[in-house]
Formats: sequence, structure tokens, C-alpha cells
Amino acid sequence: MSNTTSKAIFTIVAMLSADAAWAQAGNGSSGYGTYFVYGLIAVAVLVFFMIILQVADNLLVIEAKQSGAANTGANFSLFPSWKELFAPRLPEYLEGKPVTILRRGHDINLEGEAEQVIDESVKAKTFAVQPPNFTGLSPIPKVLVEVGDEVKAGDHLFFDKKRPEILHVAPVSGEVIAVNRGAKRSISEVVILADKEMKYREMKAFDLDGSSREELVSYLLDAGVWPLIRQRPYDVIPEPDATPRDIFISTFDTAPLAPNLNFVIRGQEEAFQKGLDVLNKLTDGTVYLGLDGRGKEEPHAAFAEAKGAEKHYFHGKHPAGNVGVQIHHIKPISAGDKVWTLGVQDVATIGRLFTERRFNAQRVVALAGAELRQPRYVRTCIGANIGDLVKDNLANDHVRFISGDVLSGKTKTAESFLNIFDDQLTVVLEGDDYEMFGWLIPSMNTPSISPTLPSALFPKIKKRAETNTHGEKRAFVVTGSYESVLPMDIYPQELMKSILIGDFEKIEGMGIYELSEEDVALCEFVCVSKQPVQQILRQGLDMMREQG
Amino acid sequence: MNFLHRIEPDKEKSPFLHTVYDGFFTFAFTPNLVTKGGVHIRDGMDLKRQMVQVVLALQLLYIFGTYNIGHQHFVALGEYTGFLQGVHLKLIYGIIKIIPLLVVTHVVGLGIEFFYAYRKGHGIEEGFLVSGALIPLIMPPDIPMWILTLSIIFAVIIGKEAFGGTGMNVLNIALLSRVFVFFAYPTYISGDEVWVSGLEGISAGAAADYGWIHLSVFNPLFEALNLPGYNPAATVVDGYTGATPLSLAFHSGWEHVTEVYTDSQMLWGTIPGSIGETSKPLIILGAVYLAVTRIADWRIMFSMVVGAAVMAVLLNAWGATPFMQVPWYYQFYMGSFWFAMAFMATDPVTASATPTGKWIYGFLIGFIGMIIRVLNPAYPEGWMLAILFMNVFAPLIDYYVIQANINRRLKRAKAVA
Repeated sequence: MSNTTSKAIFTIVAMLSADAAWAQAGNGSSGYGTYFVYGLIAVAVLVFFMIILQVADNLLVIEAKQSGAANTGANFSLFPSWKELFAPRLPEYLEGKPVTILRRGHDINLEGEAEQVIDESVKAKTFAVQPPNFTGLSPIPKVLVEVGDEVKAGDHLFFDKKRPEILHVAPVSGEVIAVNRGAKRSISEVVILADKEMKYREMKAFDLDGSSREELVSYLLDAGVWPLIRQRPYDVIPEPDATPRDIFISTFDTAPLAPNLNFVIRGQEEAFQKGLDVLNKLTDGTVYLGLDGRGKEEPHAAFAEAKGAEKHYFHGKHPAGNVGVQIHHIKPISAGDKVWTLGVQDVATIGRLFTERRFNAQRVVALAGAELRQPRYVRTCIGANIGDLVKDNLANDHVRFISGDVLSGKTKTAESFLNIFDDQLTVVLEGDDYEMFGWLIPSMNTPSISPTLPSALFPKIKKRAETNTHGEKRAFVVTGSYESVLPMDIYPQELMKSILIGDFEKIEGMGIYELSEEDVALCEFVCVSKQPVQQILRQGLDMMREQG
Repeated sequence: MNFLHRIEPDKEKSPFLHTVYDGFFTFAFTPNLVTKGGVHIRDGMDLKRQMVQVVLALQLLYIFGTYNIGHQHFVALGEYTGFLQGVHLKLIYGIIKIIPLLVVTHVVGLGIEFFYAYRKGHGIEEGFLVSGALIPLIMPPDIPMWILTLSIIFAVIIGKEAFGGTGMNVLNIALLSRVFVFFAYPTYISGDEVWVSGLEGISAGAAADYGWIHLSVFNPLFEALNLPGYNPAATVVDGYTGATPLSLAFHSGWEHVTEVYTDSQMLWGTIPGSIGETSKPLIILGAVYLAVTRIADWRIMFSMVVGAAVMAVLLNAWGATPFMQVPWYYQFYMGSFWFAMAFMATDPVTASATPTGKWIYGFLIGFIGMIIRVLNPAYPEGWMLAILFMNVFAPLIDYYVIQANINRRLKRAKAVA
């Protein structure tokens, strides 16, 4: 449609300018005028042939569309498309693979990337399972253990009274030392002091090929791996009786200082493949893997050669590694669809349930951030204590601990615990000091997408992250900045405004189901008006979930 | 720092003082706020920095506009007609004109802003930084202060605060203040006589009008420095009309314009007009700065040029009046097109919000503005009215762009089902 309009406009403009030129030619001297007329005729002949070519070309494209050949994504036109002309040079390993090129986005380059070594000396002593990690869980779940009880890894700890079949289990064995409560007596964490020698609840063997889906689901529920799966829309624990349309797994993380999953997966390859086999039994659709097509590093064989999964490569800046963005470009979520997403290590945990027959919540976690002496990886379990992880490693006292990355992670204290889905702990400086004429000074250390700051002109230079807001909250003023960092066919700012006024139909129509907090985190980062975009989105998601 | 905290007025006892203190404090120091929930690091860009970039882009226009006030004044008197003759006289003359404009604009506008911030209990917002920098540039140099005051009160209260403050207004504040003058006091802002400052009339023999500051302060000073001073006996030269190129083209076509002004005069802007609108290269420099830093959207600017060109070509083809026959590319030499394109149409609050919408919005401003300029029988300029008109329609454009997005999503869902 747009193509036709643009052609029509072009033709009209050409005709009119020719007309005007003709009028001027009459005013000029006669000799000059004749050359002018010949020139015009030559142009007209050229235009005529171009039109014939265009028509033939269009017919070819239409034919390709009707025969279905165009669905492969190949270009059937005689002319190269815009995308082909400006395509970035892709790494060699992508030859012949399905690649999605994402142009919009922004990489925030921060100091303190984790060095690729696993520090085996770091051991967390306490671990916790935190009910607030699960969106939609009722605030006071039924706790099955008491303080002082001895539990094994994989023993049931609590369940949601609304959905008693979904059981949450202990990641480690040891003594339950506290059941901490938050606001309105909600349960915030169940803390376990880990044994030196891990004891597991042994599960019975499960015959994956010979059992039905129902049997598999109840096995997963009992083993406690079910809450590791997240269902979109809303990012909630999936309903056991619903079958997902598809399952999506992103095998690379583009967030600032994110762990390198190619490194993390080492030693867990078999478990990851087993996990994929299990997931294939759970959906009637496809298991999709999103792979790193940026070319800095070839994806690990466990991802690139995984069996039973359809692989898609993504080339682009953050948030190209976000599963939400990948879903949008592979097979978007429409109203009524339910898809599942999992993290790479969650898949491995599910896999180990079948290879080792126990709930092994082992995690490789990246400790990152400029405020750490030695940013590196550690091997621990789900829900490890943060103070234990960073012991003797802090270079600075005035810091903030973040479970997850700096864009969508959660603030923590040294006494609290990593969230269940996070495989990254970021430590950044608290930026609570004043800066004189901060709105005018061109700071080199402040990350930004705006060329008014020199840091945006030198994106390769790493910055030391700090938490200052660099300004006060204002009404929405600037337009277009959210769109410039969200590679999806969505108008995030208009969506946020619709959420704020509670226009349900519009919220649904504008594609809220395709989004989760991490996808709009970059919009919040760039927001000139310092609006809490993730919070607004969650408000909208909650609103839609309550509506049913 | 401690001293500044000690003098902070109490929020409960004197809320107005506290609001003002807070405004100046956050102007001098970026507050020590840290992120809470959501993202942990924030982009260095905030609304203050955003707005200040526009003000920076206007600085060259201020310098040129100030000088040009003086230059036009002396051209009318037939003295120092070369651009670089009598530099000190022209500069001082311009500064004496522009400082009251700036002061009144900011005192009135910021005063209202402070008052509403205090009434509503929020921080002082930056919106008026840009409006306040734009308003003096789009007024004629001799605009009476009371008219300026009234127009700013109207624009800020009715145009902005009534809608909820910065970011909520439907119409461009700076243009609203101008349109107020345009309709309420048309004789002060239209016609041939208002664009040159400091004359008792525009006809030949009318005397120059100098105040005590020229004659009793600067004249002795210049005398002490051995420089020529202001001449109170000077009169307007024969044949001078003060008409702008647009007004000439409107009455008798391009030929007549070229008799009075050369192409380069019109390009560089040594012609009568509103203070900041005349110099095209400096405006384009500002526009490029805003586009490169992505403060203003290049889509709007580009499509507005295209829209104006298309309409001008159409009018050429029609060619019923001398003004219609002005070659379409010469239309860009005259009037305030470039200023409107760079600084008025691109206001993000009142323009379309969606990228597609911006193309349509810019194109229609160019298209409609050219219609108003050429076909309007009373007054040969249209960007102000075209932009205000499209400000009103911008939400409608966005509505349809978003509706198209929604329909695309519905269609996709149906195709899958």
C-alpha cells in the first residue's frame, strides 16, 4: 500500500515539476528552450521505460506472493530491497540460517564485566525461596515447614492456596532458619541454612517416551520445577492444565554486564538437551531457540546444534537477547495465546531432574559491576545469599546490590537473596550526590543515547554505573525516544499513556501481551521525563490479568 | 552545599518561597535522587538538558536578530547602510530593544510558571525555557510591552496551565502568544510599518525616535570614545517603504521584490521582519544541530519542506496572481518558513507522536502553510496558522496511525486462528 502511494506521489511531483520547468523554459531564450525540450523528452522516455520495468517487477512479486514462495523471506523483486542495501555484514556462521536483523536498540557499555572464570572458593551459606519472585502468587502462601525443620533439596516448602498443585521446593538441603514476613504479614522469604554435604530427595525414574503429558506434568509439579517455567502474557507461573502454543528460550543475554551464556552452559550441555526433550513433550507447537547472531562469539554447540528445537538467530543491540523481542519476530503473541519462556539454566535444571533424578538447583551466577574487586562467575544454587557471594570482594561500601541486570533487576541488601530467575548479581555505586549544573555539563561517564552527551558519541568507552536519576520526573514531553530502543512494532509511549488512563481495549490492541518489564526497561532508561515505565507496564498487565 | 541547605525555606511555612528555592536549586545542582524500582541506571538526558539545547540553537539568531534590529533602523534612515558600518550603534540599538523584550517575557512567563508550580505543589517545570526564548524572536521589535505581557499571560494560562502544565498543552505556546497579538492587536504585528524599529512613521521625512538612554547615556560615551553617536535629527529617506519581501511579492510579484532586495540580502536576512526569522543560514544551522542531536525530529522538518515545495509547484502551475507566479524555490527565500520549520513545527508536545504521524504532520503543515501564505487575501504568511491548525489535528493523525497498528495486530491474530 505505502509503496503504491509513494509511487503515485512521485509521479505527480515529477509531472508538476516538469510543468513548471516548461513554463520557465518558455521565458528563456529560444535556443536554450529547444535543448530543454529535448532533455525533457529524454527524461520522459526514461520514465516510461522505468514504469514498464516497475509494472513487470510488481507482477513478479505478486505472483511470488500468491504462489507462497515469498513466505521464505527471499526477495523476488528485480531491485534490491532497502533492507538488502543496508544490511550489516553478518558473521560467516550465519550463512544460510534464519537471521532477524534488529536495527533499533542500545547497548550500555559498563565497567565490571565478569571475567570468564568460575571462582569455586565462593560458597553461600544461606539460601532462600522468595514467594514475591512469582508474579500473581497470593501474598500468604501455605508454608509446609517450620523454623528448625531439616529439609532436603527438592522437599516441598510451600504452595499457593489458590493453586495447591503447584509446589515450591527447597533448592538446597539444610535447616529452615527463618520464615520472614513483609508488609501485611505476607511471606517474603523462607531461609535455609545449607548443609556442607548436599542431601537430595530422590525421585523415582520417569519414562519420558512411554508416558502421557498429564503424567509428565504431575511429575514436574511434584519435583518442584514447574515454577521455573514462565507463561506469557503476564510472566506468571503457567496453569498446569493449559498447553502452551509454543515454548521460547533465549540463549544469549544482551543486557548490560549480563552473564555469557555460552560460558555458563559449559558442563550443562547434556542437561540442557534433556530439558529441551522434556519441553517438547509439553507443547503441541514448537520449541524455539533464539541464538546470538551478533558475531562476537559463535553460539555454543549446545545451542547451535540442539535437537528438537527450531533455531532463530538475532543480530542487533540490546534488547535483541530478550525473549519477548524474539517472540515478537518469530511468532508474536496475540490475544488468547499462551506461550512459555524459560531461562537456559532453568531448562538445564529440568533436564537434570531426568538425568540425575533429583532437583538439582545448581546455578552459575555472574558477579558483575565496577564496585567489585574481582567480577567473575561463581557456582552456587538458586536463591543464594548476596552478602555471602560478595564477601571480601567489595571495593566500595556505598553500593547497591541488584539481583539481575541494571535495567530490570531488583534492589537487594547484603542480607537478602538472589531472585529465583536471576543468574546475575550486579553491584553498582549509589549516585546520591549533587552535581553542579548537571543538566549542562557534558559528562563522559553518564550513559546516554543522546548525542548532546559526549558519551553517546563514543559508545565503546565503558562507564562506571551509578544510580543517580540525572533529573526529575516530568510529564511525557519527548516523543520517539522509546521507539528508538524497542525493536518491536509497538508504540510504547502511547501504550503507557493508555495504561495510565485505563483504556482496556486500546491496551490490548496495542500489544501489551507481547511485553514484559524487561522489554521496556530500555525505554525507561532513555526516558527524558524519568517516568517509571516498567512499573506502569506491570500496572497494565495486572489490570488485564484481573479482567481475565 | 551546607549553606544552601541552611537557607532552604520551610515547605510548610512558606510554600511559595520553597517552590522558587527548589526551582533555582535544581537549576544549579542536579538533585541527588536515585532510582527506585525499575531501572537502576538512567540516561543522562533530562528535560532541562533537552530544553536548553533548543535555547542554545537559538543563540546565533539572537545575536544576528539583535544586530539586525539596529541595521534595519539605520537603513531606513539612510545612514550606515552597509551591513558592517556603524557596528557599535546598531549593536547597542538592538540590545536596548531586545533586553526589555527578554526581561518582560521571562518575568511574566516564569512568574506564572512559578505560581502554578506552587499552587499545584510540584517542581518548576522547564517548558517555559524554550517558549521564553522563542517568543522575543517571533515578535516585531517595537511591540509594546503591555501587549507582550497580555499575550504571554494568555498563552501560558489558557494554552498551557489550563491543560495541566508542561507536556499537556495542545497548542504551541510561543505561537499562541503570537497569534493572540495577531488577532487582538493586528496593527502592531502586520503591515509594512511595524518591522523597522524606532521611527515615528514610515513615510519619508519621519523622524527617528530615540530615548534618553540613546541620547544621554550612549551618545556621551561614544563621544568620549571618539565614535559617531545617534543622530536625533535623522529622518526616513525618500522611497523607503519598510515592506518585507513577502509583502512586495504579494502585491506585485517576484520582479518587484528583486527591485528592492537582492537574493543574498533575503538569504542572509538583512531585511525587515520579526526579530529572529530573517537569517536563513543561521536558522538552518540551528535546525541541523537539533536534528543531529535528535532534539527535534528531522522527519517533520524534511516533510514540511516537501509539503511546502509541492504546494508551491502546484500554485506555480495555476499562476493566477503575481504571487502565485513566484517560482516555487523563491518562496523559500521569503518569510518565516525556516524558522517555523526548525523551531515551531518540531515542538514534540504539540506535534504528532508517532513516526508515521510525523511525516503526515510535517507535510500537511508545509502544504497548508503555503496555501495560507499565497491565497490568503489579507496577509501574506501562513506558518503560524498552519502549525496551530495542525497542532489541533496531530492527535487525530496519531489516532489513525495507532489504529492501523491495532488493526495489523488483529489481522495477524485472525490469520493465525
